[in-house]
Amino acid sequence: MPEPRVITFREALREAMVEEMERDPSIFLMGEEVGHYNGAYKVSEGMLDRFGERRVIDTPIAETGFAGVGIGAAMVGLRPIIEFMTWNFSLVAYDQLVNNAAKLRYMSNGQFTLPIVFRGPEGAAHALGAQHSQALESIYAHIPGLKVVVPSIPADAKGLLKAAIRDNNPVIFMESETMYSLKGEVPAGEHLIPLGVADLKRPGRDVTLVTWGKITHTALKAAEALAADGIEAEVLDLRTIRPLDEAAILESIRRTHRCLVVQEGWPFAGIAAEIITLVAHQAFDSLDAPPDRVTCLDVPMPYARNLESLVVPTPERVVGAVRRLLGRDDAPPQPVIAVRGR
Amino acid sequence: MDAALLLGLYRQMCLCRRFEEAAAKAYSQGKVQGFLHLYIGQEAVAVGAISAIEETDYIVSTYREHAHYLARTGDARGAMAELFGKATGCSGGRGGSMHLFDARHRFLGGWAIVGGHVPIAAGVAFASKYREEPDVTLCFFGDGTANQGAFHEGLAIAAVWKLPLVLICENNQYAMGTPLYRTLSVEDVSVRARGYPMEAEIVNGDDVLEMREAVRHAVDRARKEKLPFFLEAKTYRFRGHSVADPAKYRTKEEVQKWMERDPIGLLAQRIQHLGIANEGQLQALDEEAKAQVQDAVEFAEESPAPAPETVAEYVYA
Repeated sequence: MPEPRVITFREALREAMVEEMERDPSIFLMGEEVGHYNGAYKVSEGMLDRFGERRVIDTPIAETGFAGVGIGAAMVGLRPIIEFMTWNFSLVAYDQLVNNAAKLRYMSNGQFTLPIVFRGPEGAAHALGAQHSQALESIYAHIPGLKVVVPSIPADAKGLLKAAIRDNNPVIFMESETMYSLKGEVPAGEHLIPLGVADLKRPGRDVTLVTWGKITHTALKAAEALAADGIEAEVLDLRTIRPLDEAAILESIRRTHRCLVVQEGWPFAGIAAEIITLVAHQAFDSLDAPPDRVTCLDVPMPYARNLESLVVPTPERVVGAVRRLLGRDDAPPQPVIAVRGR
Repeated sequence: MDAALLLGLYRQMCLCRRFEEAAAKAYSQGKVQGFLHLYIGQEAVAVGAISAIEETDYIVSTYREHAHYLARTGDARGAMAELFGKATGCSGGRGGSMHLFDARHRFLGGWAIVGGHVPIAAGVAFASKYREEPDVTLCFFGDGTANQGAFHEGLAIAAVWKLPLVLICENNQYAMGTPLYRTLSVEDVSVRARGYPMEAEIVNGDDVLEMREAVRHAVDRARKEKLPFFLEAKTYRFRGHSVADPAKYRTKEEVQKWMERDPIGLLAQRIQHLGIANEGQLQALDEEAKAQVQDAVEFAEESPAPAPETVAEYVYA
């Protein structure tokens, strides 16, 4: 059993990449500022010194270009890690990911595999405004042919990134600026977490909070507050959105009889809608209340801090939603701004 | 002049032409569906270019790629069966006319978003350089691609990283139904390449030998010096953008003028002029090509459709 140590989320990601690159010379890291600048968020710090310019490659600001280069290189057997400085910038390369990466294997009748990881931070950080604060996993999880991974703690970040790099499919790997300094125990050396396996971050009997990524911590804080009031919330961290660990979701709901999905992304056509469909269809008879969701408000992200804090899901909103699910008389009403998709 | 080479090129160009004619006929009979973009009139580009490269060099192409596929693989059966949507097609019936693939022959598609494959081709060339392998990548695209962002990003990266990539712009004068002068601010697409910079050359795309020589030079340079090269082949498509397009935006006179320099006719004249073969012998080569295409059509017709239970295969590895 490897010895656990406490390191940051950022170091865990770096360790995963370094270990895999040491193991396999066909792996390289490519992206804006990953080399000489040591990474916009220092995830790749020191990697240029270790591996040289051949394998840690600074790109022009041309996401379509370098995402496509990664796809071409993967088609002929290399295993690229493509860093997007943030997932917001991936939108100019969306064509490459959706039309090319996700389709190649299918439309070539299995003649090609595409072992490539696209990774970077997503979601709101602090006052970054509408174009730099988007949680975009739903628009990638929508696409068959892509896998989508969104870790919440350093140990998972390492184990899942190593598994993503070894996967023979295009993997969308989403981190968060606000989690890079988060510390946690991380096993040294070989530590792999299979994609598509959820993790119970907190057991409970009264309600299941289905969540992933950095909002897992919001759900955990809410569970802590609820516990003080005698409500035991279970926190199920999906870790991977696609493939979805349906069995783990259903198993938990069948025990707690209540389902609240807590996500950072917008409500309309979001991942919560998919999970609630699953639960309604497969666990209908187990439910004591209609499944619900806490999401980002249905607006672009405002800059002003007071408005931003209204938009992002908070532990207080999760607590309120749980109390409504449990039919508590003192449950607060829904937020003023509708969170339903319109 | 190498007689066998000229006759081989002629035979290949006939195969491409006859294949497209048969595909159009099958389309009119409802046997081929979806979009069908014919290459008729441009045969000298694909055949000349691909005759100039090694079997280990890579090819990345567009949705008007039947001829590139045939010139690389000679596999009329696999291509026709793919158009027919059959399990024996080169992409198992999952791709269609616009998505021909053959990994074994390093034929890497068959991509149908204009310009999206240019960065991919740069990535294949990147892999050759990364692994210190001698292979060069050929990337075909049309003149309409010259305004796409992906095209420019692909060229920018190929130039700054010095990738062994030969870009071949098939300038057939029309981006779908719009003449180039209405959408391109320069007369020659190759002007744009020079700004990156990369070596660029304009070639008569109706002359298979000129095409072959130009590609040979470009590939040689890309291989030895690890530098991208841009070729603009001036040519013309005799048919519309796709079989659904009657091409009413062009005058009869214009089409007639270009058909007079039909690349297959030009090569036939040259072969006869050099005394390598007479009309009857060329006719026989064409008959051979027709028979190969007829065999491919029969093969496609008799082949089974993809098994329904395989519909979800190959989404993931």
